[in-house]
Amino acid sequence: MARFVIRRLLQSCVVLLGVTLVVFLLLQLVPGDPVRVALGTRFDPQTYEALRARAGLDQPLVVQYFDYLRRALTGDLGVSFRSGRPVTAIVLERLPATLSLAVTAVLFALVIALPLGIVSAMRSGSFVDHAARVFSQFGVSVPDFWMGIMGILLFAGVLGWLPPSGYVALTEDPARWASHVALPAATVGLVTASILTRFIRSSMLEVLSEDYVRTAEAKGLRTRVVVLRHVLRNALIPVVTVVAVQLASLLGGVIVIEVLFAWPGIGRLTFDAVQARDYPVLQGAVLLVAALFLLVNLLVDILYARLDPRITVK
Amino acid sequence: MSAPTVSPSEGQLRRAASALRHDPLALTGAAVLVLLVVVGVAGPWLAPSGINDVDVDRMLQAPSWAHPFGTDELGRDVLSRVMVAARVSLQVGAVSVGIALLAGVTLGLFAGYYRGWVDNLLMRCMDVLFAFPVLLLAVAIVAVLGPGLLTAMIAIGVVYTPIFARVTRAGVLSVREQVFVRAAVSIGASDLRIMRRHVLPNIAAPLIVQTSLSLAFAILSEAALSFLGLGVQPPAPAWGRMLYDGRGFVTDAWWLGVFPGAAIFCTVLAFNLVGDALRDVLDPRQLTVNEARRSTG
Repeated sequence: MARFVIRRLLQSCVVLLGVTLVVFLLLQLVPGDPVRVALGTRFDPQTYEALRARAGLDQPLVVQYFDYLRRALTGDLGVSFRSGRPVTAIVLERLPATLSLAVTAVLFALVIALPLGIVSAMRSGSFVDHAARVFSQFGVSVPDFWMGIMGILLFAGVLGWLPPSGYVALTEDPARWASHVALPAATVGLVTASILTRFIRSSMLEVLSEDYVRTAEAKGLRTRVVVLRHVLRNALIPVVTVVAVQLASLLGGVIVIEVLFAWPGIGRLTFDAVQARDYPVLQGAVLLVAALFLLVNLLVDILYARLDPRITVK
Repeated sequence: MSAPTVSPSEGQLRRAASALRHDPLALTGAAVLVLLVVVGVAGPWLAPSGINDVDVDRMLQAPSWAHPFGTDELGRDVLSRVMVAARVSLQVGAVSVGIALLAGVTLGLFAGYYRGWVDNLLMRCMDVLFAFPVLLLAVAIVAVLGPGLLTAMIAIGVVYTPIFARVTRAGVLSVREQVFVRAAVSIGASDLRIMRRHVLPNIAAPLIVQTSLSLAFAILSEAALSFLGLGVQPPAPAWGRMLYDGRGFVTDAWWLGVFPGAAIFCTVLAFNLVGDALRDVLDPRQLTVNEARRSTG
């Protein structure tokens, strides 16, 4: 187990190094001078020179990269071309909004997917099973932003139950936070639920055909005991991975949904940085998200190995 | 003397065609796709009005016989714009998946065939690309290259390359141990010839499945990029862009939100239905990895 953890840790470090290289090269791909492009009509020679020097763009490329890497390791992701504020602070400020949306969406998805996936597998071929399959096919095919627009149309426009957009911090007013998070979380959650339903169903079906399940049934155990003690415990192991990967993707910022619902998270920040050509903020947001994504995947792999010892052997 | 060529299993392809014929959902999906291609090719001629015929006297008109999908905030016919935008979606799907297929298969072939440091290097590069949420990376690429149809296609192609590389590599690893590959090596066939004539045809099944499912995701990604204003630029119509432009009016003009979104949904659903049916026959082990990879961004 220790060797497995160390190997995965080293692999993640190598990938993270590659991620920093990709993120660093993003700025080099900007046609022309990125600082000049970012300043646009606000150009003045003093600001221009200061930003170029601060971003290290007057250095050779290799020096720039190692400097970027060194600063990134100490949590310094540069300063915004627009506001002049540290990128790390700007990105971290947006994390709570994204976190609250992502966690709510995943909880919403689990509430739907767990019972639906389990019942669908237990009653394979039944009406519920067909309904679950239609639901999951619908979920993976529907554009989430379209579902969001339809949600706004129905719940904000026609029924007037929920606000069409906006954000209130959970710590500020939990009730108003709930009313604001409901639509975006339901929109993202429904898509996630459709993916999870498929996984739970196929994972359950796989375990249901195992010999030990047949043995448990042959012993005369009640169906509930067989499902809870033998099927679910094993079937949910791979599902843990998928839930975590989904959560990591959502932490990466559901850009379109955050833009649609004016939700001030990482996704919205990325979009604003693109609009403003604020490349250091764009780089910082992308780097943080990719690092989070890697971290979650590493933790999941370790958790998975703990839950299923066969993984380390493989 | 050349080694006998091992072609893709005709039986598999026949089974796939037969499965499609006998699966009503897959048939429906295929029919929608045929309709879409017809509309995509002949859209500009079939459309009842010009896509940029602005007429402020008829702006935001509800669906009627004259305008079955209503008119937008500039009085343009929504049906005509939805029809012509089909071409954009199909074009983006085909080109971006083509880029991903070409790059991913080439990298996967080399990684799986040569193994060792080549495999390590190439697959670690793919791991790096996998570390980014799909839409976030696409947005970042488009942001630095500049918005537009071509950059959107390149960005989507790049972000879907790793999945093709992984699928290809996995196939190559099992095929290269087969007797017919060793026979080809023993009679002196070159590596490139073995890869092209013996390995590639035998990993076609999972690649066909991956291509059909990736087309759906590519169209969704393009719609998302266009929705963010990073894809097709106005006044050219794109379904995602139409949704973005119409989002401020949806409470007063529901048709601006409903029809372009329904077009994206039907197209993606059709590709998914056909892709799922192909997967069930050609590569049942591939299961739902694709859905897990689908960006919620």
